[in-house]
Amino acid sequence: MNKTKKLIPILLALTIVPAAAASSNLSLVAYSTPKPAMAKIIQAFQQTPAGKDVSFSQSYGPSTNQARAVSAGQPADLVFLSTGDDVNLLVDAGLVAPGYGIAADTVVVFAVRDGNPKHIKGWNDLLRPGVQVVTPNPFSSGSAKWNILAAYGAERRLGKTDKQATAYVQNLFKHVVSQDTSGSNATNTFLAGKGDVLLTYESEAINARLQGKNIQYVIPRQTMLIELPVAVLKKSSNKDAANTFIRFLKSPPAQRLFVQYGFRPVNKSVKNPYPSRPGMFKVDDNYIGGWRHADKVWFDPKSGRMVKIEQADGGPTSG
Amino acid sequence: MRKTIALSYLTVVLLGPLAMLFWRIWQEGAGKAWSAISEPDTLHAFKLTIEIAAIAVPLNTIFGIVVGLAIVRTRFPGKGLVNAFVDLPLALSPVVVGLSLFLLYGRTGWIHIGQILFALPAMVLATVFVSVPYVAREVIPTLREIGDEQEQAAHTLGASGWQTFWRITLPSIRWAVIYGVVVTTARCLGEYGAVAVVSGSISGRTETATLRVQDYYENLDQAGAYGVSLMLGLIAIVVLVLMTLLKPKEGTA
Amino acid sequence: MDLRPVELGFVTTFLTVVVALPIAALVWASRADGWSGFWYWIRQPEPLSALKLTLVMAALVALTNAVFGTLIAWVLVRDSFVGQRLVNAVIDLPFALPTIVAGLLVLALYGPKSPVHVHAAFTRAAIYLVLLFVTLPFVVRTVQPVLHELDTQMEEAARSLGARELVVFTRIVLPSILPGILSGVAMAFARAVGEIGSIVIISGNRPFRTELASVWILNQTQSGNGTGAAALATLLLAISFVVLLGVGGFRRLATRHERA
Repeated sequence: MNKTKKLIPILLALTIVPAAAASSNLSLVAYSTPKPAMAKIIQAFQQTPAGKDVSFSQSYGPSTNQARAVSAGQPADLVFLSTGDDVNLLVDAGLVAPGYGIAADTVVVFAVRDGNPKHIKGWNDLLRPGVQVVTPNPFSSGSAKWNILAAYGAERRLGKTDKQATAYVQNLFKHVVSQDTSGSNATNTFLAGKGDVLLTYESEAINARLQGKNIQYVIPRQTMLIELPVAVLKKSSNKDAANTFIRFLKSPPAQRLFVQYGFRPVNKSVKNPYPSRPGMFKVDDNYIGGWRHADKVWFDPKSGRMVKIEQADGGPTSG
Repeated sequence: MRKTIALSYLTVVLLGPLAMLFWRIWQEGAGKAWSAISEPDTLHAFKLTIEIAAIAVPLNTIFGIVVGLAIVRTRFPGKGLVNAFVDLPLALSPVVVGLSLFLLYGRTGWIHIGQILFALPAMVLATVFVSVPYVAREVIPTLREIGDEQEQAAHTLGASGWQTFWRITLPSIRWAVIYGVVVTTARCLGEYGAVAVVSGSISGRTETATLRVQDYYENLDQAGAYGVSLMLGLIAIVVLVLMTLLKPKEGTA
Repeated sequence: MDLRPVELGFVTTFLTVVVALPIAALVWASRADGWSGFWYWIRQPEPLSALKLTLVMAALVALTNAVFGTLIAWVLVRDSFVGQRLVNAVIDLPFALPTIVAGLLVLALYGPKSPVHVHAAFTRAAIYLVLLFVTLPFVVRTVQPVLHELDTQMEEAARSLGARELVVFTRIVLPSILPGILSGVAMAFARAVGEIGSIVIISGNRPFRTELASVWILNQTQSGNGTGAAALATLLLAISFVVLLGVGGFRRLATRHERA
């Protein structure tokens, strides 16, 4: 009797799925953490006249790995990744036109244990003896790249030189106890009890709280604005639908949903409820120099600074 | 004394985790688990898993019988190599299987026909690869045991090869084949590593049930992960019952 | 009896397409940067550490199975107790259950929300436990049939002559079941080396601490380092072949009296 009950939804799916051949299907390849937000936004899109007959298939994973997968042939109509660096990978492969847009923003935060027992407030607190830091692997995760540039940029904003700020990042990685492939995996590891502080997106920390997880977060005075890029694939056979969806992403209804899930809106007409910080900087500011520059300096797999830093600390030197 | 040790070991290693299957469902609530199972992407994942098994199991059953007959009843050059390739998936990591397919059909690979990777064909190939040995390994010892006198007799009486096969050989190995099919099916339903590498885990498209579990887990959705796990666990128990009932040899006092 | 062309053709084509070609592509890719490229990746600190951890863990697990697997087989064949048939049936659970589910269950039992207050998740202990789970049936199932068919006359004789249990076991029983134990151990070893589904959940995948070879290969594949992944994968492939040879050897050893 139990088996019949189990069979019914499966049988239904077998009949419904072929019957529901929608007029277009959009394949979205995204970074690891925005799934809950995207699920809601897609639903909202499908309520609009433009989105009525559009079905979606979605893939979430570490941003850099996702970009590589698309480059290696994974079918995609649009990508929603976490760093411009990863979209540049696709631009260089001729798959995406340069000049992609930004769907939403967030910032780098410190997620801490309930009550912040180690009183972690600023970047210097991360270097205190005994503080254990969780951040993903910069060779596979976009979140990790933001964290590293945020750490470096924070020091530069405080007046340190390039050399001193790089030394800070090196010291920081001595405190890193886990480097998962993706931002989402790093969150899991932190929630499972590892580390005192998780460097992550504000949106991810809020997402975890929305899911009832016991997590608190601190926005340091010096933090980095994370701009989350979205782009259509040149070879997509559903370019119109994809572009319509991207326009929807930037429109007030979608932006308001983004805000509900912890993101900061890019549409000026939607109110941003999240606090700003005096020391907030962006990837295009001079001392970071934009993604192309930062990629060469920090994340080049052979000569990037992270390779040397990881080697010195016995961490992963590839994705 | 040794019973206690043996049973304690089994509890720590095997029975404890098994109990957790039911404990966790009770904790998270059957309602939440059920709603996770009935999400469209999850239903699709189960459908895809069944689809892949529906292709892989018959293929490997036919192959297992043919190669079993070939190895036991005939002579041909390269028998050792064939035997080795048949057994190889038992000892090989699924990730290695997935990677080899990824390299063969990928951008820098040797074969470029249509969309193989990140789509159904690669997932089927991966699942077939990892489940090659099971029917063969049941058929071969059975064929050895029963010998070929009956086939010889039928041959001298003028039966054609096909008739001999259908009327004599196949019925004599049918329980071995059925057991092999059960084990092969279980292996196909539970496959993770190889399919994870070649599929791209596109939910609603290339996610199997096991990949779905990982999807839920990575998205902090414990109820969903355990919900799908419970389904897979219940299927596993059905498989276990079948295996126990159909097992060729007895091992207890 | 010689093989008909159509059957031989089918077998060859099937094995080539399904098994041989992909393996060939793998080995070929591992040499994409030449032999020096191959060894470069094997000797990198992270994959080397992952490989070492994998081999050590697999060896520990194989050894544990040699002892406890034999013990369990003995208890199932020679003893009797309440629920014996159920226990015997459940031994095959690791064969029937998807490994990713096994990982989740071990995480539930020995992870942060453990009902028995054991917190071993993301450690080497967790890897050990989950590998014990997935390799449990191997030695048990290879030893059981041998024990079952063993003629107990010699043991009874030895006992009646006053030999102690341990002596009876080591001098009389063990030599007969040793090939069975060894082939089960070899399979358990190979399985442990290759395990991925449960490891992804339970191990934390921390380089140099809990990262296994299979996980490193998975990560490298997904981040585009096909050559490096292929190098380590080819090494694992070679290990698998060696194990298979061993198992084949033990099997022949065990059945030599049948063929004599």
